[in-house]
Amino acid sequence: MLPIIVYRYVSPVIGRKRESLLMNQPLERTALEKMAPAGKPLIYRQFLSTRITHWLWAICLFFLVLSGLQIFNARPDLYIGQQSGFGFDNAILRFDAADTANGPRGYTTIFGKRFDTTGVFGLSGSGDNLEARGFPAWATIPSYQDLATGRVIHFFFAWVLVATLLTWLVSSLVNGHLVRDLIPRRKDLRRLGSDLADHLRLRFHHRREYNVLQKFTYAFVLIILLPLMVLTGLTMSPGVDASFPFLVEIFGGRQTARTIHFLGMALIVLFFLVHMLMVLATGPLNALRSIITGRYRTDTSAPDATAQPGE
Amino acid sequence: MSKKFNISRRHFLTAATLGGSTIALSGCDAFDNLLAGDSGVRETIAKANDLTYRVQRLLFGRNALATEYSENDIRQPMRPNGDTAPEDPDYVALQAKNFADYKLEVTGLVEKPLSLSLDELRNMPSRTQITRHDCVEGWSCIAKWTGVQLSRVLDEAKVKPEARYVVFRCFDTIEQTLNGGIKYYGSVDLIDARHPQTILAYGMNGKTLPIANGAPVRVRVERQLGYKMPKYLRSIELASSLKPFGQGHGGYWEDNGYDWYGGV
Repeated sequence: MLPIIVYRYVSPVIGRKRESLLMNQPLERTALEKMAPAGKPLIYRQFLSTRITHWLWAICLFFLVLSGLQIFNARPDLYIGQQSGFGFDNAILRFDAADTANGPRGYTTIFGKRFDTTGVFGLSGSGDNLEARGFPAWATIPSYQDLATGRVIHFFFAWVLVATLLTWLVSSLVNGHLVRDLIPRRKDLRRLGSDLADHLRLRFHHRREYNVLQKFTYAFVLIILLPLMVLTGLTMSPGVDASFPFLVEIFGGRQTARTIHFLGMALIVLFFLVHMLMVLATGPLNALRSIITGRYRTDTSAPDATAQPGE
Repeated sequence: MSKKFNISRRHFLTAATLGGSTIALSGCDAFDNLLAGDSGVRETIAKANDLTYRVQRLLFGRNALATEYSENDIRQPMRPNGDTAPEDPDYVALQAKNFADYKLEVTGLVEKPLSLSLDELRNMPSRTQITRHDCVEGWSCIAKWTGVQLSRVLDEAKVKPEARYVVFRCFDTIEQTLNGGIKYYGSVDLIDARHPQTILAYGMNGKTLPIANGAPVRVRVERQLGYKMPKYLRSIELASSLKPFGQGHGGYWEDNGYDWYGGV
């Protein structure tokens, strides 16, 4: 048995004892050395459940964001409160198009300030195919305006997302991933400053453990942001609201819930972009291997590369 | 393993990833054919709406009431949507006499078919509710609605046990095609039909229901989206299947790809 197996089956509570038993066996040490010819041990970092749910999220969020923008385009405004102001103004964001002396232009209005965003927001397309639409064709599924199909895609992947979240939550509680790897501890708070400084100097460590910023980010996205997206999404459903009216109350109205849902989407896109940059900056092959096969090459130079899980 | 090799590999991956995401970004039309109206993929993933419907019916209270608001929450006129002035001759003729000759037909799987005048509907016990109208497009608007509970009309007509749906037919032509006009229609199940807030509304914001909002009678189904609440109501038919109506999906918008269950 290779030492990488150790990480696969141990729970955080009983794991330590079993692991140290294995590690003390000479045979295992030899295996470890064979695995890591450059002196950088290849360890088992990601559980199967973590890897599967990671890719399910990637697929879900791709379709949810792009079909969500399709749905948004049916009414490319965001409001605060219960209703949409037609006889009064409670819009905080609006995309629209207007005919001007210079031909049709697209506009974005944020908190009453209007910007010309022709080509991207309000009016987009090429040549003779200019179209008045909130987000451009390349940002929506389907590319053409089709609210019905956007909704069909959105609600299908919404169900997949909820199933994935529940699967992840249960498996991460059982295998210890959630408590051991994600929930930030007090010592993480103390390390926050130095970790931030390391990131700013582009000094990245490769350890089995997530670094502090990773912990905060992943915990925020998985435990706060995605459930918030599910809840604000549900709040837009009149059927759900009848049975759970408190949802509308806690979010401050159906239109506010829609606005929060949109802002949450923007945070998810931001997370995705930073996630991609960090993968590229810290070693894309190692990151990809660990999220596909589970195996990750750590630095020996890192002070706690051999630290026990949960320590 | 040399560092140089790693870096060049990293550069390659960077380029590959950026290139790949550019294809993905400019390729949102990649899914267009897959998701076209008649594709099997679309039909399959649209079944998620059946799941939503079943889960809501299973877990949620059948008679849970939509939130009712106060007079202060009525801050603007009710926004009209869809048709706002039907030009259908039979409707125009009724309108000319202020709907004095209007009759709401209740037919299909009932023991006692009905033909109710506007006065007869108004003389039945009424219900007034201030509710939030949610459009499938994303906007909401709060208004006060007055009408007779659909359940009272159904009780009078005595629904046969094999009936499963209430189908609403309307006066207005929503779409002109080469084969003639398509009139608006829609349907709900008997649970929403008998829901206490499901009313045949003839009044809005304290006045007679305006033409733009569906005069003389429109349906209010407060736990579903606006497209499930037909305006310009002509007749009600109790049915065991939605197949015989329109293209068989249960409503004009449903025939155009929208989900039948609009509680989401």
